[in-house]
Formats: sequence, C-alpha cells, structure tokens
Amino acid sequence: MSDRADASKDSAARAAAPFPPRRRWTVRLHDTGAVWGIAAGLFLLLEACLALGAPLLTGYDPLRGDLERRLLAPGAAGHLLGTDQLGRDLLARMLYGARISLVVGVVAVAVAGTVGVVAGLMMAFRGGWLDSIGSRLVDVQLSFPFMALALSIAAVLGASLTGIIVTLAISSWVLYARLVRGETLGMKQQEFVEAARTLGAPRWRILARHVLPNVLGPAIALGSLEAGRLIVAEASLSFLGYGIQPPLAAWGNMLAEGKNYMARAWWLTVLPGVAISLTCLSTTVLGDWLTDVLDPRRRR
Amino acid sequence: MAGYLARRLAMTGLTVFLALTFMFGVLHMAGDPVLLLVPVDSSPEYIERMRVQWGFADPLWVQYARFIGHAAVGDFGTSLKYNLPALTLVLERLPATGLLTLASMVIAVALGVPLGFLAAVRSGRLSDRLSTVGSVLGQSIPSFWLGLLLILVFSVTLGVLPTGGMGTFRQLILPSLTLGLYSLGRVVKLTRSSVLEVLRADFVRTARAKGLREWVVLYRHVLKNAAIPIVTIIGLQMGGLIGGAIVVETIFAWPGLGRLIVQSIQFRDFPTALAAVFFTAVSVSLMNLIVDLLYGLLNPRIVYE
Repeated sequence: MSDRADASKDSAARAAAPFPPRRRWTVRLHDTGAVWGIAAGLFLLLEACLALGAPLLTGYDPLRGDLERRLLAPGAAGHLLGTDQLGRDLLARMLYGARISLVVGVVAVAVAGTVGVVAGLMMAFRGGWLDSIGSRLVDVQLSFPFMALALSIAAVLGASLTGIIVTLAISSWVLYARLVRGETLGMKQQEFVEAARTLGAPRWRILARHVLPNVLGPAIALGSLEAGRLIVAEASLSFLGYGIQPPLAAWGNMLAEGKNYMARAWWLTVLPGVAISLTCLSTTVLGDWLTDVLDPRRRR
Repeated sequence: MAGYLARRLAMTGLTVFLALTFMFGVLHMAGDPVLLLVPVDSSPEYIERMRVQWGFADPLWVQYARFIGHAAVGDFGTSLKYNLPALTLVLERLPATGLLTLASMVIAVALGVPLGFLAAVRSGRLSDRLSTVGSVLGQSIPSFWLGLLLILVFSVTLGVLPTGGMGTFRQLILPSLTLGLYSLGRVVKLTRSSVLEVLRADFVRTARAKGLREWVVLYRHVLKNAAIPIVTIIGLQMGGLIGGAIVVETIFAWPGLGRLIVQSIQFRDFPTALAAVFFTAVSVSLMNLIVDLLYGLLNPRIVYE
C-alpha cells in the first residue's frame, strides 16, 4: 500500500547523504501506507474494546434465544442486526464471537512466533545436524496443505479454544523459523556480529543483543500478517465443524449455521463474514505497513 | 542437471515419506476408528475381535511398518468407510480437483497478470490504486465466505447458477470463481511488484534511451524479466489452491480430493486420509520442483549443478 514513487525519491535523497539519517518515527500525512496502517491498527483496537465491552454494549445473552423472535430482519424490534434461527440477537453473538477471533489471532501468533523465532535462531547459529533436521522439517511442513494439516491436528486435539490455538500454532511456526533462520544466516557474516565475537561476547549475548533485535522487526510484521490468516483459518475450521462448537458464538460456526437459512435470512450469511473480512483486512494492511517500517532492508 | 534432478527427486521422496509418517502419527493419536465402525450396542468382546481383525490391536510401530511397506508398492489399504481400495477412491477424485484448481488458476492468471502489469506501468495513478486496494481486499475475504456470498447472489437470489455438484460447465463456474478470486489478489500484488522492480532496472532505461517503442520495451524487456517471480508465485499458489480446495469443495459439494480429506478425517478413515494426503504432498512437491526447473528455463543465468 506504500507510495512507491515517493519511497524511491526518499531513498535517493538518503543515498546522497554521507550517513543514513536516524530512524524517524514521525508519520508524514502524505505517506498513505502509514495512514492506512495506523487506521487499521486503530480499527483493531476498537474491535478489541467492543469485544471486551460486549456485556456493556448489548443487553442480550449470546446463547439465549427467544423462539418467538426467530429470523427477525436487522432493525426489527430492538435487534439492531436481527436475530438468528433460534431467536438469538445477532449483534450480541457477533460481539462475543469477536472475543474468540481476537484471542485466537493474538495467542496463536504469539505462541507460533515465539517458538518459530527461537527455533530459527538456534538453527542458524548452531548449524550442523540441528539445522539440517530443522530445515527439512520446515520444508516438509510447507509442502503440506495448511488446511489438511490443521484439520488432522484439530481432529486429535478436539474441538476447543485451546485445541484450535495449539493447532494453528503447530501449523504456522515454521514460517517464522524459516524467516528468522534466513535473516540470521545473513547477519552472522556482518561486521557488527563479527566485532562482537572478536570482543569476546558470549554466544547468548550476541544472539540476544545483536541478532534478535534485528530479526524481531520482520518477525513482528509477519506476525501481523499471520494474525489475519489464522483468524480466517479458525473461522474455516469452525465452519467445517472442527473448531469452536455451537452454541458458543464464533464467526465461523455462525456462518455454518446461518447458511442453512440463506434464502430467508441473508444477514446470517453476510454479517459474520463482513466481520471476519474486516478483521483480516486490518491485520493485512497493518502488517504491510509494519513490513515497510520494521524490515531493515526496506528501510534503506 | 541430471544430478540436480536426481537430488531434488530424492528430496521430494523424503519429504513425502516424512509427511506420511507425520500424518500417520497424528491420525493414530486421534483415536481408534473401530468404535465408530461397529454398531453402538456391540459387546466389548466383539469390539476387541474387530480391533484384532483390522490390525488396530498391534503395537503402533507394527502398524506403521505394515503401512509403509504396503504404501511403498502403492497399496494404501481398504477404505474403512466405503470398503473400496483407498487408492481407487483417491484416484477417482483426483480429476475433479485437478479440473477445479486448473480452472481457478486460469481465472487468477488471466485476470491477475494483466491487472498487475497494468498497475505497475500506471504506478501511482487511479487504476493502480484501485487494483492495489482490490488485491488487498481480495486476500482478506475468506474463500468459504466468498463461496457462500456467490451462492447467495447467483443461486438463491438470481437463481441463474446451481449451488453445487459437478457435471456441467455451469456447476464449475461458482467454485472455480471462488477459488480463483482468492488467488487473484496475490497474483496481482506479486506481478505488480516484480514488474515495478524491472521497470527500475538500467536495461529498461537503456532500451528507452535507444528509442524503442514503449510496447517493445514493455513486452521484450519488462514482461520477460518479470516473468520469473510471477511463475514462482503461480507455482506456489497451486499448492495453496489444493489446500483451499478443501473448504471450497465442501461448500459446493464438489466431489474432489479436498472433500474426501475432510470426510475421511471426520470418519477416522485412516487409509483414505493417508492416501489422499500422499497425493496432495506429491502434487505440491512436484509443483515446487517444476517451478524451480521453469526458473532455469526462464533465466539462463541460473545453472543447476
């Protein structure tokens, strides 16, 4: 989303200067990537507030329905977004469903990211058999369709929130491992690492103080992109019946139930999907911007 | 070249073997399928007898050795659900998934490459902005929801296209559109960025400076050089499409490999699930290999040793 023409002008100016300028954190308003990135971040923050404040925002119970008020259209009788096939308020279910999506996105990315970053660092720094086995494992897992892997792990772990998070973390840690391994391998040859080693710094210190801060940026950017993908994956698994089970409200299983009433109640098919798409869109836009800001190669 | 190919094929074999091993372990951890297969009121003795008869009573490593031994000669066992050879079941479903992924790929490439190219050439203008916004939007919409929306609009509301099944051309439209639009965003984005990269290269400036016509520059110098990353992403998308097909096939009742995977995992139909996984892993790995070889054809600077 960044303005490429602008970025190239910028880098030309920097190349002319004898020293690269210090990183600036000010945001210029004509930098459309930054504006959209920050807007996306704010939207996600707002969504988190709505999810947390769900009991304050709606008086309806997401699990209790009124069978006499089934399939009411949006706006009817105090139901802003209508009701579902059991007469439950759709807005309440979407607000509570947001909790599941956001928790899954944040926790699964945190777990996968931590495991992946540590594994990538170890593989690149230890080398040898650890690296060979690790890289092979990464290749194997990447040649495996994500959904098939997630489905079979979900079948083992059972359909629960923890099960879904572990499933998604197992299915996605390799991406971070591959990214961090590559970045670290490139960094091992660079002067500042060489200098630290010459000065006698122990390996853990080189890793923690010199390598980790430099690989963390790209890993965080990847994490933001991944959060959206994992939220969609959770919704897909719940949709297929391997994720969060009804009557609990999750956007994916709401769609699975709602699709049976498509002809009579379009809102059950449309609205939860809008929520998933907007959330995923926001993490993607935020992630694209973070990649531009945090990736040292793109900052040149 | 021959040495490279041999090494890559060996790696592919190893990858597929590890994938099968992993899948075998995961599926067997998921529990014993016998309880799902026998009548609900079966006596414990009967269940035990069935367990012995189907070989689930043996230690896991015995089961594993037996499975690998048979799989090596192409025998994946008999489907627990359909009572047919698992291999036959999978091979029957393969053409359906092939047709679906191919049609989706055609949609994604036929629309995505020109759109991405146009966006890069008209970088910064309205058409570029629109296609960039469109591709980000396209990537954010979950394919299963897109499928539901298409059904809602074209089948339920307008009533012009069927909701599912396979057999006629009209039944292919919605599923391939769903899967194709999902890849479209990525193809547009990658085409755009790789064309932009080439447009900045010195040889493009040289070509323009010597007075070549713009379309000659774009076709002969830009498109050909930008083709390399585009081919890669198309190849990698194929792997993604096969995975995406799992969800899309379920929505549209498309009788392909993806739907078979979902059903066989659901019914703990181990032989079928493993055979299906075998074929997906093989196709994805081979696809990656083909992409790498195409790389060499497109870029003479790459030499395989």
